[in-house]
Amino acid sequence: MTYIAKPKFHHPGLKKNALGYTHRDYEGKISTLCAGCGHDSITASIIEACYGLSIEPHRVAKISGIGCSSKTPDYFLGNSHGFNSVHGRMPSVLTGANLANRDLIYLGVSGDGDSASIGFGQFAHSIRRGVNMTYIVENNGVYGLTKGQFSATADRGSKSKKGVTNTDNAIDLVAIALQLGATFVARSFSGDKTQLVPLIAAAIRHKGASFIDVISPCIAFNNHAGSTKSFDYVREHNDAVNRLDVLVGRDPIAVDYAPGTVQVVEQHDGSKIALRKIDADYDPHDRLGAQTFLARHAAKGQIVTGLLYVDPEADDLHEHLNTVETPLNALEADTLCPGSAVLDKINASLR
Amino acid sequence: MKPTDIAAPDYFHKVVDCQWACPAHTPVPEYIRLIAQGRYSDAYMINWKSNVFPGILGRTCDRPCEPACRRGRVEETPVAICRLKRVAADFKDDIKQRLPKPAAKNGKRVALVGGGPASLTVARDLAPLGYHCTVFDADPEAGGMMRTQIPKFRLPNSVIDEETGYILGLGVEYKGGHRIDSMKALLAEKYDAIFVGSGAPRGRELDIPGRKEAAANIHIGIEWLANVSFGHVDKIGKRVIVLGGGNTAMDCCRTARRLGGEKVTVIVRSGFEEMKASPWEKEDALHEDIPILNYMVPVAFKHVSGKLIGVTFQHVKAEYDDKGRRNLVPSGDPDQTIPCDDVLVAVGQENAFPWIEQDCGIAFDKWHMPEVDPKTFVSTNPKVFFGGDAAFGPKNIIWAVAHGHDAALSIHKMLSGEDVTERPLPEVEISSQKMGIHEWSYDNDISIDKRFKVPHRDKVIALKDIRAEVELGYDVKLALGEAHRCLNCDVQTVFSTSLCIECDACADICPMDCITFTDNGEEDDLRQRLKAPSLHPDQDLYVSSDLKTGRVMVKDEDVCLHCGLCAERCPTGAWDMQKYFIEMTHAGSTCPTKSRSAA
Repeated sequence: MTYIAKPKFHHPGLKKNALGYTHRDYEGKISTLCAGCGHDSITASIIEACYGLSIEPHRVAKISGIGCSSKTPDYFLGNSHGFNSVHGRMPSVLTGANLANRDLIYLGVSGDGDSASIGFGQFAHSIRRGVNMTYIVENNGVYGLTKGQFSATADRGSKSKKGVTNTDNAIDLVAIALQLGATFVARSFSGDKTQLVPLIAAAIRHKGASFIDVISPCIAFNNHAGSTKSFDYVREHNDAVNRLDVLVGRDPIAVDYAPGTVQVVEQHDGSKIALRKIDADYDPHDRLGAQTFLARHAAKGQIVTGLLYVDPEADDLHEHLNTVETPLNALEADTLCPGSAVLDKINASLR
Repeated sequence: MKPTDIAAPDYFHKVVDCQWACPAHTPVPEYIRLIAQGRYSDAYMINWKSNVFPGILGRTCDRPCEPACRRGRVEETPVAICRLKRVAADFKDDIKQRLPKPAAKNGKRVALVGGGPASLTVARDLAPLGYHCTVFDADPEAGGMMRTQIPKFRLPNSVIDEETGYILGLGVEYKGGHRIDSMKALLAEKYDAIFVGSGAPRGRELDIPGRKEAAANIHIGIEWLANVSFGHVDKIGKRVIVLGGGNTAMDCCRTARRLGGEKVTVIVRSGFEEMKASPWEKEDALHEDIPILNYMVPVAFKHVSGKLIGVTFQHVKAEYDDKGRRNLVPSGDPDQTIPCDDVLVAVGQENAFPWIEQDCGIAFDKWHMPEVDPKTFVSTNPKVFFGGDAAFGPKNIIWAVAHGHDAALSIHKMLSGEDVTERPLPEVEISSQKMGIHEWSYDNDISIDKRFKVPHRDKVIALKDIRAEVELGYDVKLALGEAHRCLNCDVQTVFSTSLCIECDACADICPMDCITFTDNGEEDDLRQRLKAPSLHPDQDLYVSSDLKTGRVMVKDEDVCLHCGLCAERCPTGAWDMQKYFIEMTHAGSTCPTKSRSAA
């Protein structure tokens, strides 16, 4: 936690994006999380991704629940819309907001406690419905705010800071997101921004339910020997399946164009994801393959990171429900509430 | 790149840009912090030890520190370092008890020629060690050019009296009205060492047609200023032309305004931007309604029956040759005669050593300057040392002070039987400023205030009284605001590779994007891969040894605010904020000599 405000000065040579903003313009309040928290690196990555995509901050709605992770939307995009909801209820609040106004970019930020325990059902239903959102779980495997109990994502056999061994099986949110039909599924690590920033950028560009599980070490309660979500453990067991570049007509976010097999995935808004495959056999369009790949590596104790699955032709909840395109707040009163004659007609059609 | 050797005294010294740029290496951030704490006397004493004349320099210094100030790279204007120095002098308590007491004499006698800043600095360093120092000066009171050439509206006599008095009070003998006419005679008096700090006392002439005929109304700037200072001159014609573009010219024109000059004009050969005068001195002159005309070369003094009536100028323009050298060539415009009653010539100064005989063992070069070693300040006569303007030509007070310190060290070593070329290392202290989990002993909350203006006396009143000081100095509130603008560059960011877990917290929080974790490479390559552009390659990169992932931490020192957020955010204490204090070696310091080079 920092007690002084971050100085307003910035480097005089900072680059500006297409909107004329520097990355500092995408910051929020100063973080009150513990020094070194992985969540702060995810915050920095979201800032970097939004800056790189030249997103207008007022077009973003950031929604969260309760917990360390759910505090983080206060620390980025200070000029966007925000809603800090009840514990585990972020997905339904986000779904409601999305249904009311599809013009905004929805960023759901949650934690392993918020999404894998109390909000598990909410998480599942928002994914299966295909809400157009970027759902980021800042996953540290521990309840930091209540001093270090195992969360539902803590691996069986891993140890708490006090030395207790976890005997419960872990929930793998990525596996479940794949099973529930998320159309963009990725996992990354807060300590690897080179991978994480383009993943977030690609998820934001993706139309449909995008899910990113980010392993984010809790420096206070889950960064010790025996933890499977510490900086050292994740670095040692990380198997990156690919690296991304996101190109949106302007500068690419990453500029490392080393030779290798590159698969360009075109989204239906015309933007492109250039997918650099490390594993020659890996096909990010194969949901079943991704599930198998994930399970096989998990059995070996490996943490698979990168873009695991994407459906570039995905549709979303609005298309399923055939909703009106205009945001509800832009509709005239007589359109929103057309009167009893129309209601009678609808009722009659249902009889 | 190799890991940075932060134990080398120069490395962190260079990060304190102001102190590094100051010829006397005054610990600027340290005394500014003391001012912010209201500890004015402590701030004064730090200055007194280093630059010797805090009150004088707080008004007149050429301020090489300010263009170097990091604040000028972060926002528009540097910290008003010079004016804060004056604050320490203005608000201090009586510091006499804190000065060294006159020491028991050690039997060695040192003669000091000239009573200006260089000689007085030598006396300040040597008298407390027991040397019998005798200062000779043609003027009755000590101060040299600080007293004779700087107008009283910039530097009141009371300040000069006080600060020269502190030095003479150390038991220094001052022989005023005693011009040294012969080096041979002085050598014959068997002093153990002689220091020549006689300045550059001769104003350069402008020998163009009409100079002799109109001599009554053509005055050499520095001589005229001295005459004004001593009260020999108290008026001048209504129309005055000042020739020259240095600080002496600015003092001449502003003085002329106060002695009856209604239409005073400064005319320079070069362009306005290239003038040697400090920008703030040009500003002050313009503020007092003195126009500065440029690219005009004086070609003749016009006179009628021995009376000056004007100066004729040729208009020129600047042309640059293949090597970028500037030449002034006629612009083709017709010559212009500007009418005037008096002319003040301030086109430069020269050294004059008619009193040093050819056969007393002191060699002179082809420019008639003594051959002086630039480190030890010894001449070809091992007992005779030179410093200040007398050594290498006109510079400014702070350079004279720096020379004085070095020459005093040489004299002390020579008279102690030591090798004068062996220069002792400075003393360096570095200590953590951590006071609690998130508390530091210094104010790391960065002020966003713009530079505070120094209040000036009302122009109408100022122009009426030649002794009324124009600048009024900061009051306590303004001084506090300005002191808070200092970025504490002496509180260094120190990185421990072994403690780093590469969590990125420091890189994420750094407001200036100074920190990058990346693969190592050569400097040019690394500078291309920094998080924020490398704007000033002259500013160092601080590179760690290899981290666990094989990468290195690279910190561009360029625009670091020393806010300490990296250290506050670091979960393992891999970053620490450590105050670096370098004590330059003066005569009598005991720090041992080492083979490595000193800061």
